[in-house]
Amino acid sequence: MKKRVLVACGTGIATSTVVNDAIENMCKNHDIEAEVIQCKISEIAQYEDSADLLVTTTVTKKDYPFPVINARAFLTGIGTEETEQEILDALKQ
Amino acid sequence: MSDLHIDETLILDNMQAADADDVLRTMAANLYDHELVEESYIQAVIDREHEHPTGLPTKGPAVAIPHTSKEHVRQKTISIGVLDEPVAFGIMGEEKETVPVELVFMLAMDDEHSQLSMLQQLMSIFQDETQLSFYKNTKDKTKRKEALIDTLSLSRQGGETR
Repeated sequence: MKKRVLVACGTGIATSTVVNDAIENMCKNHDIEAEVIQCKISEIAQYEDSADLLVTTTVTKKDYPFPVINARAFLTGIGTEETEQEILDALKQ
Repeated sequence: MSDLHIDETLILDNMQAADADDVLRTMAANLYDHELVEESYIQAVIDREHEHPTGLPTKGPAVAIPHTSKEHVRQKTISIGVLDEPVAFGIMGEEKETVPVELVFMLAMDDEHSQLSMLQQLMSIFQDETQLSFYKNTKDKTKRKEALIDTLSLSRQGGETR
Protein backbone atom coordinates (compact mmCIF):
# COMPACT_ATOMS: atom_id res chain seq x y z
CA MET A 1 0.00 0.00 0.00
CA LYS A 2 1.13 3.48 -0.77
CA LYS A 3 2.60 5.20 2.28
CA ARG A 4 1.90 8.77 3.14
CA VAL A 5 4.90 10.63 4.55
CA LEU A 6 4.61 14.12 5.98
CA VAL A 7 7.63 16.39 5.91
CA ALA A 8 7.39 19.48 8.04
CA CYS A 9 9.38 22.40 9.33
CA GLY A 10 8.07 25.39 11.22
CA THR A 11 7.29 27.60 8.27
CA GLY A 12 7.44 24.99 5.54
CA ILE A 13 10.00 26.98 3.61
CA ALA A 14 13.62 26.15 4.00
CA THR A 15 14.50 22.88 5.60
CA SER A 16 11.53 20.74 4.67
CA THR A 17 12.22 21.36 0.99
CA VAL A 18 15.58 19.66 1.28
CA VAL A 19 14.25 16.82 3.42
CA ASN A 20 11.33 16.32 1.07
CA ASP A 21 13.65 15.72 -1.84
CA ALA A 22 15.90 13.39 0.14
CA ILE A 23 12.96 11.21 1.12
CA GLU A 24 11.50 11.07 -2.36
CA ASN A 25 14.85 9.88 -3.69
CA MET A 26 15.22 7.38 -0.90
CA CYS A 27 11.80 5.87 -1.55
CA LYS A 28 12.54 5.64 -5.24
CA ASN A 29 15.82 3.85 -4.56
CA HIS A 30 14.16 1.35 -2.26
CA ASP A 31 11.07 0.76 -4.39
CA ILE A 32 8.79 2.15 -1.75
CA GLU A 33 5.63 3.66 -3.03
CA ALA A 34 5.14 6.83 -1.06
CA GLU A 35 3.34 10.07 -1.28
CA VAL A 36 5.50 12.74 0.32
CA ILE A 37 3.61 15.77 1.53
CA GLN A 38 5.46 18.90 2.51
CA CYS A 39 3.58 20.91 5.08
CA LYS A 40 3.81 23.21 8.04
CA ILE A 41 3.69 21.79 11.55
CA SER A 42 0.38 23.58 12.01
CA GLU A 43 -1.10 21.68 9.05
CA ILE A 44 -0.28 18.21 10.32
CA ALA A 45 -3.59 17.85 12.13
CA GLN A 46 -5.51 17.52 8.86
CA TYR A 47 -3.42 14.46 7.91
CA GLU A 48 -3.55 12.87 11.34
CA ASP A 49 -5.81 10.02 10.23
CA SER A 50 -4.17 9.33 6.92
CA ALA A 51 -0.40 9.71 7.39
CA ASP A 52 2.04 6.88 8.12
CA LEU A 53 5.05 8.87 9.18
CA LEU A 54 6.17 12.37 10.07
CA VAL A 55 9.69 13.46 9.28
CA THR A 56 10.49 16.84 10.72
CA THR A 57 13.28 19.28 11.41
CA THR A 58 11.49 20.93 14.27
CA VAL A 59 10.14 20.24 17.74
CA THR A 60 6.80 18.52 17.92
CA LYS A 61 4.97 19.11 21.14
CA LYS A 62 2.08 16.84 20.35
CA ASP A 63 1.76 13.08 20.25
CA TYR A 64 0.80 11.77 16.86
CA PRO A 65 -0.64 8.38 15.98
CA PHE A 66 2.33 7.74 13.66
CA PRO A 67 6.10 7.66 14.20
CA VAL A 68 7.98 10.97 14.24
CA ILE A 69 11.56 11.03 12.98
CA ASN A 70 14.01 13.93 13.30
CA ALA A 71 15.49 14.77 9.92
CA ARG A 72 18.33 17.02 10.97
CA ALA A 73 20.79 14.48 9.58
CA PHE A 74 19.72 15.35 6.03
CA LEU A 75 20.95 18.88 6.65
CA THR A 76 24.17 18.21 8.52
CA GLY A 77 25.29 14.92 7.04
CA ILE A 78 25.85 13.58 10.55
CA GLY A 79 24.00 10.32 11.13
CA THR A 80 22.31 10.25 7.72
CA GLU A 81 22.52 6.47 7.39
CA GLU A 82 20.89 5.89 10.75
CA THR A 83 18.08 8.32 9.94
CA GLU A 84 17.51 6.71 6.55
CA GLN A 85 17.33 3.31 8.18
CA GLU A 86 14.85 4.60 10.75
CA ILE A 87 12.65 5.95 7.98
CA LEU A 88 12.90 2.74 5.95
CA ASP A 89 12.01 0.65 9.00
CA ALA A 90 9.02 2.85 9.70
CA LEU A 91 7.80 2.61 6.12
CA LYS A 92 8.20 -1.14 5.87
CA GLN A 93 5.93 -1.77 8.81
CA MET B 1 10.31 35.31 -7.47
CA SER B 2 13.28 37.65 -7.34
CA ASP B 3 16.94 36.89 -7.96
CA LEU B 4 19.08 35.93 -5.04
CA HIS B 5 20.90 38.97 -3.76
CA ILE B 6 24.34 38.47 -2.24
CA ASP B 7 26.86 41.19 -1.52
CA GLU B 8 29.66 42.02 0.89
CA THR B 9 27.53 44.31 3.03
CA LEU B 10 25.52 41.25 4.05
CA ILE B 11 28.61 39.47 5.36
CA LEU B 12 29.14 40.51 8.96
CA ASP B 13 32.57 39.66 10.34
CA ASN B 14 33.81 39.62 13.92
CA MET B 15 30.32 39.80 15.29
CA GLN B 16 30.16 40.17 19.04
CA ALA B 17 26.85 39.22 20.49
CA ALA B 18 25.44 38.57 23.93
CA ASP B 19 23.08 35.86 22.76
CA ALA B 20 21.24 34.43 19.78
CA ASP B 21 18.59 37.16 19.82
CA ASP B 22 21.33 39.74 19.62
CA VAL B 23 22.88 38.02 16.59
CA LEU B 24 19.53 37.74 14.85
CA ARG B 25 18.56 41.34 15.57
CA THR B 26 21.83 42.71 14.20
CA MET B 27 21.74 40.60 11.05
CA ALA B 28 18.03 41.15 10.38
CA ALA B 29 18.30 44.90 10.97
CA ASN B 30 21.14 44.97 8.45
CA LEU B 31 18.90 43.26 5.89
CA TYR B 32 16.19 45.80 6.66
CA ASP B 33 18.66 48.69 6.26
CA HIS B 34 19.43 47.33 2.79
CA GLU B 35 15.72 47.21 2.01
CA LEU B 36 15.79 43.46 1.40
CA VAL B 37 13.23 42.60 4.07
CA GLU B 38 10.28 44.28 5.76
CA GLU B 39 10.77 45.71 9.22
CA SER B 40 8.52 42.92 10.51
CA TYR B 41 11.17 40.38 9.44
CA ILE B 42 13.36 41.33 12.42
CA GLN B 43 10.93 40.27 15.12
CA ALA B 44 9.55 37.43 13.01
CA VAL B 45 12.94 35.77 12.60
CA ILE B 46 13.63 36.10 16.34
CA ASP B 47 10.23 34.68 17.27
CA ARG B 48 10.60 31.82 14.87
CA GLU B 49 14.03 30.94 16.23
CA HIS B 50 12.48 30.67 19.71
CA GLU B 51 9.75 28.41 18.48
CA HIS B 52 11.71 26.42 15.93
CA PRO B 53 15.45 26.67 16.63
CA THR B 54 17.82 26.31 13.67
CA GLY B 55 21.20 25.51 15.23
CA LEU B 56 22.99 22.66 13.46
CA PRO B 57 25.93 20.75 14.91
CA THR B 58 28.36 19.97 12.10
CA LYS B 59 31.73 18.25 11.81
CA GLY B 60 33.33 21.71 11.85
CA PRO B 61 32.10 25.04 13.28
CA ALA B 62 28.42 24.78 14.16
CA VAL B 63 25.97 26.80 12.09
CA ALA B 64 22.48 28.23 12.39
CA ILE B 65 20.09 28.96 9.52
CA PRO B 66 17.52 31.40 10.88
CA HIS B 67 14.66 32.15 8.51
CA THR B 68 11.00 33.02 8.56
CA SER B 69 8.01 33.12 6.30
CA LYS B 70 8.02 34.85 2.97
CA GLU B 71 5.60 37.69 3.70
CA HIS B 72 8.43 39.47 5.52
CA VAL B 73 10.82 39.21 2.59
CA ARG B 74 11.26 41.82 -0.13
CA GLN B 75 14.12 40.25 -2.00
CA LYS B 76 15.53 36.77 -1.70
CA THR B 77 18.91 36.94 0.00
CA ILE B 78 21.42 35.23 2.28
CA SER B 79 23.40 37.03 4.96
CA ILE B 80 26.41 35.49 6.67
CA GLY B 81 27.38 36.29 10.25
CA VAL B 82 30.75 35.20 11.60
CA LEU B 83 30.86 35.26 15.39
CA ASP B 84 33.98 36.15 17.34
CA GLU B 85 32.91 33.95 20.22
CA PRO B 86 30.44 31.08 19.79
CA VAL B 87 26.86 31.87 20.84
CA ALA B 88 24.40 29.23 22.03
CA PHE B 89 21.55 28.48 19.62
CA GLY B 90 18.86 25.90 20.16
CA ILE B 91 19.43 22.74 18.12
CA MET B 92 16.95 22.17 15.33
CA GLY B 93 14.35 19.65 16.38
CA GLU B 94 15.39 19.55 20.02
CA GLU B 95 13.42 21.09 22.83
CA LYS B 96 16.20 22.26 25.15
CA GLU B 97 19.62 21.31 23.80
CA THR B 98 21.84 24.08 22.46
CA VAL B 99 24.93 24.18 20.27
CA PRO B 100 27.71 26.83 20.30
CA VAL B 101 27.26 28.45 16.89
CA GLU B 102 30.08 30.21 15.06
CA LEU B 103 28.54 30.76 11.63
CA VAL B 104 25.08 32.08 10.92
CA PHE B 105 23.49 31.88 7.47
CA MET B 106 20.38 34.01 7.66
CA LEU B 107 17.96 33.16 4.87
CA ALA B 108 15.36 35.48 3.45
CA MET B 109 13.31 33.35 1.08
CA ASP B 110 10.41 34.56 -1.00
CA ASP B 111 9.29 31.36 -2.63
CA GLU B 112 8.63 28.03 -1.03
CA HIS B 113 9.47 25.41 -3.57
CA SER B 114 11.63 26.66 -6.38
CA GLN B 115 14.85 27.01 -4.45
CA LEU B 116 15.61 23.40 -3.73
CA SER B 117 18.93 23.17 -5.53
CA MET B 118 20.13 26.37 -3.89
CA LEU B 119 19.23 25.06 -0.45
CA GLN B 120 20.82 21.70 -1.17
CA GLN B 121 24.00 23.46 -2.18
CA LEU B 122 23.89 25.47 1.01
CA MET B 123 23.49 22.27 3.02
CA SER B 124 26.48 20.84 1.18
CA ILE B 125 28.56 23.58 2.83
CA PHE B 126 27.39 22.39 6.25
CA GLN B 127 28.51 18.86 5.47
CA ASP B 128 31.98 19.93 4.48
CA GLU B 129 34.45 20.78 7.25
CA THR B 130 36.86 22.47 4.88
CA GLN B 131 34.25 24.84 3.51
CA LEU B 132 32.94 25.65 6.97
CA SER B 133 36.43 26.49 8.20
CA PHE B 134 36.93 28.66 5.16
CA TYR B 135 33.78 30.66 5.87
CA LYS B 136 34.77 30.94 9.51
CA ASN B 137 38.39 31.91 9.03
CA THR B 138 38.93 33.81 5.82
CA LYS B 139 39.11 37.54 6.33
CA ASP B 140 38.42 38.36 2.72
CA LYS B 141 34.75 39.18 2.25
CA THR B 142 34.96 39.20 -1.51
CA LYS B 143 36.41 35.71 -1.53
CA ARG B 144 33.71 34.55 0.80
CA LYS B 145 31.01 36.11 -1.28
CA GLU B 146 32.43 34.55 -4.42
CA ALA B 147 32.72 31.16 -2.76
CA LEU B 148 29.08 31.36 -1.74
CA ILE B 149 27.99 32.37 -5.20
CA ASP B 150 30.04 29.54 -6.71
CA THR B 151 28.69 26.99 -4.29
CA LEU B 152 25.13 28.06 -4.82
CA SER B 153 25.75 27.88 -8.57
CA LEU B 154 24.47 31.36 -9.13
CA SER B 155 25.07 33.23 -12.28
CA ARG B 156 27.47 36.11 -11.76
CA GLN B 157 25.82 37.95 -14.58
CA GLY B 158 23.01 38.92 -12.28
CA GLY B 159 24.00 42.57 -11.98
CA GLU B 160 23.59 43.12 -8.27
CA THR B 161 25.95 40.34 -7.30
CA ARG B 162 28.86 42.07 -9.03
